[in-house]
Amino acid sequence: MPGGVEKIMKLKFLMSLSLALCVGTMNVHAQETNEVAELKRQLQVMQENFERSQREQRAQIESLTQKLNAVAQQQSAEAEQKKSVVQLAGEAASVTTSTPPANFSKDWSPSDPIRVSKGSSYADLSMVGTFAVGGSTASDIAGGTQLGGHDPNQRGFTVQGAELNLQGGVDPYFRGNANLAFLLNNGGETGVELEEAWLETVALPYNLQLRAGQILTDFGRINTQHPHTWGFVDVPLVNGRLLGEDGLRNPGARLSWLVPTPFYSELFFGVQNSQGGTAYSFRNDNGGEAFMDRLNGERGVSRFSDMLYSTRYATSFELTDNQTLLSGLSAVFGPNSSGGDTATQIYGADVYWKWKSPQAHGGFPFVSWQTEALLRRYQAGASTSVDLTGDNVPDFVPAEAVTDWGGYSQVLWGFKENWVAGVRGDFVTGSKADYERLYGPDIARATRWRISPNLTWYPSEFSKIRLQYNYDQRDRVGVDHSLWLQFEFLLGAHAAHKY
Amino acid sequence: MKKLLVGILGALFAMGAQAKLNVVATTPDLAAIAREIGSDKIDITTLAKATEDPHFVDAKPSFIVKLNRADVLIEGGAELEIGWLPALLNQARNPKLATGAPGRVEAATGVQLREIPATLDRSQGDIHAAGNPHYVVDPLNAKIVAQNIAAALALNDAKSAEFFQANLKKFNEAIDAKLVVWQAAFAPFKGAPVVAYHNSWLYFAERFGLKIDLFLEPKPGIPPTPTHLAEVIAQMREQKVRVVIVDPYLNRKTAETAARATGATVVDVAQFPGGLKGTEGGYIQLMDYLVNSLTQALGKPPTQ
Repeated sequence: MPGGVEKIMKLKFLMSLSLALCVGTMNVHAQETNEVAELKRQLQVMQENFERSQREQRAQIESLTQKLNAVAQQQSAEAEQKKSVVQLAGEAASVTTSTPPANFSKDWSPSDPIRVSKGSSYADLSMVGTFAVGGSTASDIAGGTQLGGHDPNQRGFTVQGAELNLQGGVDPYFRGNANLAFLLNNGGETGVELEEAWLETVALPYNLQLRAGQILTDFGRINTQHPHTWGFVDVPLVNGRLLGEDGLRNPGARLSWLVPTPFYSELFFGVQNSQGGTAYSFRNDNGGEAFMDRLNGERGVSRFSDMLYSTRYATSFELTDNQTLLSGLSAVFGPNSSGGDTATQIYGADVYWKWKSPQAHGGFPFVSWQTEALLRRYQAGASTSVDLTGDNVPDFVPAEAVTDWGGYSQVLWGFKENWVAGVRGDFVTGSKADYERLYGPDIARATRWRISPNLTWYPSEFSKIRLQYNYDQRDRVGVDHSLWLQFEFLLGAHAAHKY
Repeated sequence: MKKLLVGILGALFAMGAQAKLNVVATTPDLAAIAREIGSDKIDITTLAKATEDPHFVDAKPSFIVKLNRADVLIEGGAELEIGWLPALLNQARNPKLATGAPGRVEAATGVQLREIPATLDRSQGDIHAAGNPHYVVDPLNAKIVAQNIAAALALNDAKSAEFFQANLKKFNEAIDAKLVVWQAAFAPFKGAPVVAYHNSWLYFAERFGLKIDLFLEPKPGIPPTPTHLAEVIAQMREQKVRVVIVDPYLNRKTAETAARATGATVVDVAQFPGGLKGTEGGYIQLMDYLVNSLTQALGKPPTQ
């Protein structure tokens, strides 16, 4: 797994960098730092103690007040009934006069209401841990039957990811968000992936919003969703094959415009770097392995068209009071590394429909339908870099345009509270390319389809257990059966989900 | 083409020049109170349906558009909308609704919130860090909400401040008058135990002297289990509970099971005007409905 090696390299680099920083500062300020750290620690302990005792006192006051009220009520039950009218009028009047207006502040007293706010620290912090256990009749699970970097990848247990999310207001101008995914590869080595880390404007005029940093490309539906919000344990085949195991994401910027139409419609434009494993179909050396019978070389950035450009238009309608439709068209353009002047275009269409009961409790019952179709046109350069005939002489592959396309369609049915049944169909195929005519079919591009029924139980909003079966048919490989049990927990801040 | 453009621009300007404040309320109870205060000087849009669980509203894209065009947003606060409103506001890009801006109304401001947990631990269920957010069904809290709304509307439309103040006074007087009647209706049932599905009736119970501390769900947000239901039924027998209340979005069958086993009556209740037939008229009509149906059920002789 080239991605794995890269992640470990990244981790090592990060670790050595932080170590170097630590050692550097320690040498210079060792003693002062220790003293400061100790003082800080003491201060923190004192603060915590103070806050705890405050809380306890508040709770005591409340319970005592309650008791007092109860006793008083018992004693004066009769008297109160007679007086109730008078008292009520007084009480009502006092509320009218003494209520502070909105945004009013004054000195704190124990009987005061607690400040109502979103979170008690400057950033909301949460962690999602996703795991799977199961197996497959296939011998090539990672990268074979399972195309996603967060998919179950071996017989037995897989840590699909432990994802740390931090988000909050940066200042009056920006909002910040970071997603760090911790992964454990088949070799037992931990890797860290910077899935996302961006800031976003909150007050640009003309309904504009700018997001910059490490960002998921706004392409289709599933690409911008984090794996724990997916309805299935694994990535759809077409996304894995055309956008790569980690999806399409790279450092860059994105501008979006909420179009002033009566219904929801939004336009997105993105510019990102076009290289690396997270720009899979673009400037990607594929870890030094052959891609379409070609070894991809290094290709630098020398002009604007060497960047990755993406655009998306999304629109939504309320079909009825209880049915919503959301659909979008996406496209992404950029250079690829198969030649000096070769490019890739990927187009996508997506649609999401949902019915939710007008008497929904906890979000149930509901029915949703989601479908995405993708098409990739890959201009492959001429190459003489790989020995394809086994004679130890690299063979010539002509320049050509290779087309791949596919899609998936899934239905989820939340048939009772906290239970969801789902089924997904996957299909992916490609045009027969010249290099295949010359040197035989490319299994990585062979026609393939898959049917995946599953059942999910949410013990609460913050945990889930999911069982999924995959019937997987690959041309030239055959049929494989896989069964996965996924379990997941969420700790920390209450996540608000996009539609 | 030019004519069309001019027409469109004209229409846009006309929309912009509209004097009415564009107000969005997250839930129908807040909308109903805002309507009393704002009357014909505001256009009001409600996000959550009166019949659905306000904790789990879908963050539909159409809401983004509504929030994008709003002058004022009234939210319950106390984390009631935490699962859906933040995502919408992030996408709505409307600085008028930023936290602390004059267009952002936390209806809970000034309300004495109850059940603020001393420790945050979800093994206790989906608890709200800010306290129990179902406070509007206490009429005195409704007056606080009305006051908050009137203050916010005045901030955003200073010319109509007196109008809003007059409506606030009218609303307060109506509540004061009604409260006496409601309180008198409940007087014979002081301390009567009532079973609820979710702990959303605390403030109502305290105002009207009922005892609502038995719940069909074992912990907030956790669906009822047979064992827990059996315990509740045993408790209901012991305490001679006569009434089980159930909100429109909750499983009525569970309530019926508990009621059948104990001879109690199931009473449909709603926190939001419009959640039940005959409550569409607003806050006072809803409260009238609740008081009538509850006192009737409490006064009924046991069937068993």
